[in-house]
Order: sequence, then structure tokens, then C-alpha cells
Amino acid sequence: MKEMIQFTLNGKPVQLEEDPGQSLLWFLRADMQLTGTKYGCGAGLCGACAVLVDGVAERSCLMDLNAVANKTITTIEGLANGEELHPVQQAFVENDALQCGYCTPGMIITAVSLLGENPSASEADIIKGLDDNLCRCGAHKRILKAVHSVSQNTTDGEKS
Amino acid sequence: MSTSLTTFNRRSFLKSVGGGVVVLFTTQPRFSQAQSHGAQKNDLPFNAYLRIGEDGRVTCFTGKIEMGQGIVTSLPQMLADELDVAVDMIDMVMGDTDRCPFDRGTWGSLSTRVFGPELRAAGAQARYVLLGLASRQLGLAVEQLQVKDGEVFSRADHSKRVSYAALASGQGFVSDVSEAVAVKTAADFRVMGTAQLRRDARDKVTGKAEYTADVRLPDMLFARILRPPSHAAKLKSIDASAAQAIKGVRVIQDGDLVAALHARRYLADRAVGLIKADYEISEIDVDENSIYDHLMRMAPEGEQVAQGGDLSKGEQLAKDVFEETYHTAYVAHAPMEPHTALARWENGKMTVWASTQSPFGLKRQLVSTLGLKEDKVRVLTPYVGGGFGGKGSSSQGVQAARLAKIAGKPVQVAWTREDEFFWDTFRPASIIKIRSGLTESGAPAFWDYRVYYAGARSSELHYDIPHHRTMAHRRGWGAPEGSHQFATGAWRAPGASTNVFARESQIDIMAAKAGIDPLEFRLKHCSDAKFIGVLKAAAKAFGWTPAAGPSGRGVGVACGIDAGTVVASMAEVEVDQNTGVVAVKRVVCAQDMGQVVNPAGATIQMEGCITMGLGYALTESLHFKGGDITDLNFHSYDIPVFSNLPRIETILIDSKDPDPHGGGEPAIINMGAVIANAIFDATGKRLFELPMTPQRVKAALA
Repeated sequence: MKEMIQFTLNGKPVQLEEDPGQSLLWFLRADMQLTGTKYGCGAGLCGACAVLVDGVAERSCLMDLNAVANKTITTIEGLANGEELHPVQQAFVENDALQCGYCTPGMIITAVSLLGENPSASEADIIKGLDDNLCRCGAHKRILKAVHSVSQNTTDGEKS
Repeated sequence: MSTSLTTFNRRSFLKSVGGGVVVLFTTQPRFSQAQSHGAQKNDLPFNAYLRIGEDGRVTCFTGKIEMGQGIVTSLPQMLADELDVAVDMIDMVMGDTDRCPFDRGTWGSLSTRVFGPELRAAGAQARYVLLGLASRQLGLAVEQLQVKDGEVFSRADHSKRVSYAALASGQGFVSDVSEAVAVKTAADFRVMGTAQLRRDARDKVTGKAEYTADVRLPDMLFARILRPPSHAAKLKSIDASAAQAIKGVRVIQDGDLVAALHARRYLADRAVGLIKADYEISEIDVDENSIYDHLMRMAPEGEQVAQGGDLSKGEQLAKDVFEETYHTAYVAHAPMEPHTALARWENGKMTVWASTQSPFGLKRQLVSTLGLKEDKVRVLTPYVGGGFGGKGSSSQGVQAARLAKIAGKPVQVAWTREDEFFWDTFRPASIIKIRSGLTESGAPAFWDYRVYYAGARSSELHYDIPHHRTMAHRRGWGAPEGSHQFATGAWRAPGASTNVFARESQIDIMAAKAGIDPLEFRLKHCSDAKFIGVLKAAAKAFGWTPAAGPSGRGVGVACGIDAGTVVASMAEVEVDQNTGVVAVKRVVCAQDMGQVVNPAGATIQMEGCITMGLGYALTESLHFKGGDITDLNFHSYDIPVFSNLPRIETILIDSKDPDPHGGGEPAIINMGAVIANAIFDATGKRLFELPMTPQRVKAALA
């Protein structure tokens, strides 16, 4: 039932004997105490649980632990460099790009992934890239502005 | 002084908050008022209190909670000005029923407009107490002293000084002098009225911010509640053998509450799926389409909430009469954080961490459900991940407490998204019927308004109509047994979005018939200076050019008042005639909320309201068959997303009104109406039912 699984988590190697079929989300939250990754829907529909797997945002609620074997996982706790925030985190702070903050880790992880793939993302690219991340407070305008401020694309967005 | 304050033990209280100078602020009517709002014997009976620590830091204890609305930033702004300290020196302790004064709940846009003045008074009083201490220590009269950044010094000789920290050192006393100390006026504000970034942002962007589901206790168990298939289902029996075959699983049944518990969350998930349960279900045949007929059949008697002139005279004056019925659907709160609680039963005391808008309400529920003494229940409220009215109800806290008591270990109940949709207290489906008339000259003649199930909030008529009457068929939430098939409750500005949708649509119909531009019609028949102010400000920013509707341009206007705040909105839409899809291109919103504490926070709330309001206007409607909720996740229940985002412009009007009014809700109330009016302007067709889905738009265009 249990298998030896290893991966890198926030820069540190992890080796465990674990049930490979359990969800990555609950493993991170309930067992690794990495509670910055949030549960929102359990069905890959809201993005609150996004983590970086080899640099690409994935929905941890839909991933089994064995899917990340030998991969590198970065959660929201692993983004900042010590006290120095990641530029996307910093942009969220400076733009007041959050209210309740519950969707924020997933938004930031998804934005980091998006800008990793496309450092010059336009406003339209960002809208497309974040369209499956839900925010109920309605912080969208500021999130868009924050992410756009980190993009190398300097054309002014219409909505942000 | 109230009886409870005289019996209140200062020494143990001081010990519990950690010494320093503690200043209580109490107004005499407070305690009896608190009792009528459900305060219990051991609830702290003062309005607010502050502690000035030996490090000079100020701690504010308040029963209010932070759910995204931003009071964790704006309340310290108020204190910073009253106390003459930096905002960064203020810490907030919120929603802890053992340490914070009684508070009814964080809702109704009350935190700034009602609690704000109390908190400012407490701050002013604390400053007065500290000045008294400084006066004695420095040997100078209070009038000779000045305060800046937590340092008291002589006006004449700045070297004669003493800090709040030094004044608090070794003090250990509680002051509850209730002399009225004047609060500052706008001219002396340094922090209030200036934009402050959110203080909780850093913790929220790093994942450090603690929500209820993030709290961990030794030996805690994760519980998954067995959700019945319908609200009409009655549990007959369960077979938990397959679930219990998983090592470490415990299945608990306590009456109708059934849960699988395990130390590992994923195993609790697996186990709950293996519980077999038999239910008896007697369902009423009603769904989201037939609900309005059902509700009208069950409708309670009306109650008159406003009246003027004589309706029969108005009818005689009218040349044109308009009789319309408006419908608005059940809508979910759908906060991103589902309801969550963690309960610990230890030494006869129940401690519950909960995502709740009403920690004291939950405490009261726990006292009565568990039969515990009031001092044996404590509720703590970490950051709440969105509420919108839905977390005024906190039944997950009771579930967790019941399970923890039986399990003998701490228990976390974290509702799944499906649980959240099932047990939500939805915005009620509502019906509004309006008869109104225009005179020969195109002026409003009469207004006969009936609202069913939404309550009367924001139904106020701010137009000059000589003969009018407003009837509410149930003013509040109580609805006759059997009417709604599941729980309903307060949803951001309860009832207001429904009332404004109906009223402002009807006004638009009248303006179009009169052949007058809808903005001009509103201005012409309104004499309220605030309404005129916000309408004109919105029009200026929008670049409104007058034309009688429908002009084909797709522009609309609506206005209303909620929680004392007057708000006008304008929108531009594009309607796809083939698909019926409505794209909102632009929204301008002007708001007069009186005194603004944090203009940045107020603006964010307006943007949030506008964005969230797109949902109830265009897409959100709960699907169900009797008590069986068929929308259980975001597959089929569409909330606004980035690609729906219009260009948003917000304007805060400074009308020199010194009183603060609501900020968290008002800007949402116009969204249904302004979009409906813009659709009419684009197409010449009017929609009378929210949400205005593509199917309904297409049907209207056909």
C-alpha cells in the first residue's frame, strides 16, 4: 500500500513512505503543515490549491502524491527568498490586490507560472491565464494590475 | 455603571490581557442593548477596550472579525489619530469571545458607521487617561502637554517628555472613567482619510495568514460530515462497516449528525464515501423555474413600510399605468473559504475556532446546544476567507463541537465545496410587483410597490412621487414553513439588490414612456442632494450624453441607498444578438458614504461589489429539485471571472458629511438594475428576471 516517494519541496529533498494515491493538497496541508495552499473546491475549478510542479502551476487537489515523484514542488511558502518577497508577491502587496486573501496563494502561484512561461504577458494573456482562478471578493481588477506590473509588457492595460 | 461591570473582576481581567494600562469604554445603554442582542452573562459588557503595553504597543480588542472587508486596517487608522500613535504600533485582537467585548456580528456595514465612533471614543479616552498619568509624572498640567507618535511632551519644553511605553510600565490598572472625551475633528486627522495599504497583505501573500482550517492542535482529527441527498431527507439508518474497515477511522453518529474521522484528512475523505445511509425523502415538486408560483401561493400577509398621499387619487391622475413583476433567484454566497471549525473539549471547556461573522452568536448556539455554562465556551476567529453574510450562520462550529465532545480529541470540520453549497443560507428567491403611473405631462403619478421574501431594505423611494405605498410581505428573513426548501439568509446588502433591480427598472420603463433620458428623468424627479450629487458625478466620469431609451448604445443608469450610503452606477454593455451573451464593457460608480476612513479600502470594496454584482445580475442562480441542491460546485454555478471584468471606475464623493456610512455593501445594490437598463438601451427589450442569462436574453430578443 505504501511506497517510497521522493521529491523536492520548497528547495528541500523529501523522502517518505506514503500512500501514493492520496491527494497532494491534503498531504501538504494536513501532513506537512504547509497551510498556505488552500482548499477551495476539490475539483480543479477554483485554483486556490495551485502549487508549482517543476515551475508550472498545477491544482494540487487533483494530483496524487505519486504524480509528483522525483519532481520539484514549490508552494506559496517557498516563493519568497527569506524576507525578500517574490516580485509577484510584492506586487500584490503594493497594489492591494487581495481582500480576504484566501484565493491569493493560488493566484500568485498561477501568475508566477504564467509569467515564467511568458515574461511579457499582456493584459489579455493574464486574463486568459488567470481565468480559471476564482476570487469571490472581486479583487480581479487589482490582481490584474499587480500581475501586469511584473510583466515586461509595458503597454497599459485597459482594465487595470 | 451596569450591574455586570460592578461584578466584573478587574484583577483577573488585567491578568488575562497581560498588564499595562487598560482603558475600557462603556456607554450606559450599552449593556441592556447588548443583552437584547443576545449577550450572555460573562460577555465583556463594554463597547471596546484598549491595552497600552509596556512596550508602548496598543492592542485593540474587538468582537468584530476580518473577512476581507479591511477593518484590520481601517480600525487602527481611527485609533492612530485618536491616540496619536503610528498605525504600525496598533495590534488587533478580533473575534475572541473570552478576550473581546460582546459584539453582535460583523455584518450590515456596521463596523465603521456604528462601531467606529465607539472605538474612536475609546481611543480618545485612552489618550486622556495617558495624559493624566503624564501630567502627574511630569508635574505639568494636561493643558501644557502635547502628544506625538506615542510620546507626551511639554508644549513649552520638548525635552520634558515621557512615552506611552514608560507610562504603561509597571502600571497594571484598569481605567473605566466614562467621562465623555471629545474625539478629534476632521481638521486634526493625520491618518483617517488617507489611503493605507492593507496591513494583512504580507501575511496573506506568503501563506502565513492563519485561517480556521490552518489551525493545528496535537491529536486533532479531521472530520468529514455525511451530507444527506436533500434537505427533505430524514436519516433512517447507516451502515458504516466499510468505512470502519479503514484503519484508524472512527464513525460517529449523534442523532442526524454522521461523520467519519481520521488523523489523516485523505482517509477521512475516503471513509465518508464508504458510509451507506438510508433516508426517507418526501420532496415537494418545485425547482428554480416553478419556485415563484410556489412562493406566491405561500406568500405571507403584507406589512406597510412606507406610504404617502392617496393611491386612488394617483391612479386618477395617471395617463399611463405600468404593472410589472420582477423575479430574482436564489443565490449562493460561495466564499472561497468554505465554513470551517476546529473544536477542543478540555477540562469541561469547549473552545471553538471558527470561520464566522458572529463569534458571539456561535458561542450562544454552543451554550444552548451543548448545555454548557457561558464561561465554559470560547470562540476564536482567525482570518475569515470571505463571508458576504453567509458566515453569520456557523452550524459547522456546532458540528465540530458535538464531534469533539464525543471523540475526546480536537476535531476539525472543514466543509467541502459541496457541503458549502448544500448548507449555505442562500439569498432568497424573491418577487416584486409594482404598479406605477405617469401623468399626462410625463411626471410620476403613483407608485404601488410590493416585495415578497426579500425584505424592505433599500426599497426606499427617493423620487418625488405624490401618491405611493410600499408593502413588504415579510420584512425580514422569516418565511412561512414550507416556502423555501432550504435555508435562506442575509446575502451582501440583504434584499437591496432585489429592491433596487425592481425599482430602478420600473423607473427606466417610466422614463422611456415619457420619452426622457433616464438620467434626466431621475434628476428631474428627485430632490435629495446626495442622490443628485452621485448621479451627476457618475454622469461626468462616464461621459453620459442624454438620449431617450432605447438609444441603441447600451448604456444604463441606476441609483440607490444602502447602509446610509448613496450610490449611483452607470454601465455600458454589448449584447450578442445570436447567443444572448451580455458583455459588460464598463461600469462607473459614484458613492457618497460620508466620512471615509481609508479611501483605498473603500475603493476596493466598491470594486469588489461591482465585480461580485456581475454574478447575481448575469449568471448566478441556484438550481434545485425540492430540497436537493443540484449546483454543488463551480461546474454549474458560475461566479464572475477575470474575462467578465469590465473597465471599472469608482468615485468617492466628499459631501462634507461628518458621519461615516456603510462601505462593504452599497456598490453591489445597483448592479442588476444598471445592467438590465443598459440591455434595454441596447436592444429595446427589458428583462424582468435575474440573472439575465443568455437564454433569457435570447428569449427576450425573439
